[in-house]
Amino acid sequence: MTDTVPTYPFARPTALDPPAEWEQLRSECPVSKVRMVTGDEALLITRYNDVRELLADPRFTHSLTEAGAAQISTSEDGIFNRDEATMTAGPNHQRWRRMMNKSFTVKRVNAMRPRIAEIANQLIDELIAGGQPGDLQSALGFPLPVFVICELLGVDPNYRDKFSHWSDAMLNLDKFSQAETAKAAMEFQEFMVQHVLDKRAAPGDDLLSELAAIVDSQDGRMTEAELVYTAQGLLVAGHETTANMIGKMVAMLLADRPNRWDRLVADRGLINPAVEETLRLDASSSIDLPRYISEDIEIAGCPIKAGTTVMASLSSGNRDETVYDDAAELRLDRVPNPHLAFGAGPHSCLGQALARTELQVTLTVLLDRLPTLELAVPVEELRRRTGLIVGGIEEVPVRW
Amino acid sequence: MVTRIELDEPKCIAAGQCVMTAPDVFDQRDEDGVAIILEPVPAPEHLDAVRDAVAVCPAAALQLIET
Repeated sequence: MTDTVPTYPFARPTALDPPAEWEQLRSECPVSKVRMVTGDEALLITRYNDVRELLADPRFTHSLTEAGAAQISTSEDGIFNRDEATMTAGPNHQRWRRMMNKSFTVKRVNAMRPRIAEIANQLIDELIAGGQPGDLQSALGFPLPVFVICELLGVDPNYRDKFSHWSDAMLNLDKFSQAETAKAAMEFQEFMVQHVLDKRAAPGDDLLSELAAIVDSQDGRMTEAELVYTAQGLLVAGHETTANMIGKMVAMLLADRPNRWDRLVADRGLINPAVEETLRLDASSSIDLPRYISEDIEIAGCPIKAGTTVMASLSSGNRDETVYDDAAELRLDRVPNPHLAFGAGPHSCLGQALARTELQVTLTVLLDRLPTLELAVPVEELRRRTGLIVGGIEEVPVRW
Repeated sequence: MVTRIELDEPKCIAAGQCVMTAPDVFDQRDEDGVAIILEPVPAPEHLDAVRDAVAVCPAAALQLIET
């Protein structure tokens, strides 16, 4: 018997180019069966308006703990199948969200700009000292967001190699075995429980100390278990996604230097729209976002039964020709750019102002320090990171 | 014709896109990040930025009412 249901995520022709399937599905089959790496079936939606509408629907969440939900990862303990995922998915979500929002307002993240620039400058000093060619991803992309989120949370950045491993395990698709992810989840849990205890003993001027005080007030806003889960979630979300995006953003801008990088060197006013445009055209975000459909609905005229898992392709939606003029083209001055890279609706990324700021500041410092930056390998040779729920580029070799 | 901004507050998710796009017109409450409209009837020189802010709100919480 031939299995005609395609495996998801789709293979990419190169690290920066989208799979051909997206365009075909948008025009011919906007609600399409796909097979996850676990063998479970799900439905993939690929059009901008369908994705946006589903994500905005408060009835459906990312929690895949129901018995009939598709399993996304070959191991347990991932971010979508832990019981605690219901804390950020159910009716308590808005209360939790509003409590967290205060640490991620534009005012708060703007106040972090000088420190982010300082970290970027130090990391670029080290990249330069290491000689040419250097790997921008390991020298700058990975460490910068870890330092930033560690300072915000009040966690020691010297543990960053461990965080990186624990995050990868929590974001596993099929890279790790069950034993590996279980061990990582246990270590991460132990670390964070102990860390919260330490924060209580010696509070600092940081988010975890603040949240520990909220738990201690016992006013029902947050429990100890929710605090530990929140801390883990913020640490994972706060570094892995932005880390990968730094490498992808720089690679995209260097892939056509004269029309992209050189224009930015000449006109810093393009930095913010350029960041948004690279977010829109990011073709390596792996699986995008799941939604568990808990009651019958219709999407693009197709009836969808309760109990179905739908994968909402942000990256395909972001290339929808019916929404964007010259959708496949990277335009540095595309304004407004209502892309879906951070999702949409009530669960749209909590840390998006921080992520935007990190990307804007990193790009600004790179343009100042290394205006002659260029890829040290042909763009076709860049390799994608696969096997995780998030996607990126393994190495971004550069010269300057 | 007068253009007025309306915020559907329960929908606001504090993404900060309005503040980043039109900082003269929008701010956020310190305690929960919910948007504050500083200029409910935006000055003509802010209108373009306000239209962009409405377009990029990920929660679709902002509307322009023209009367």
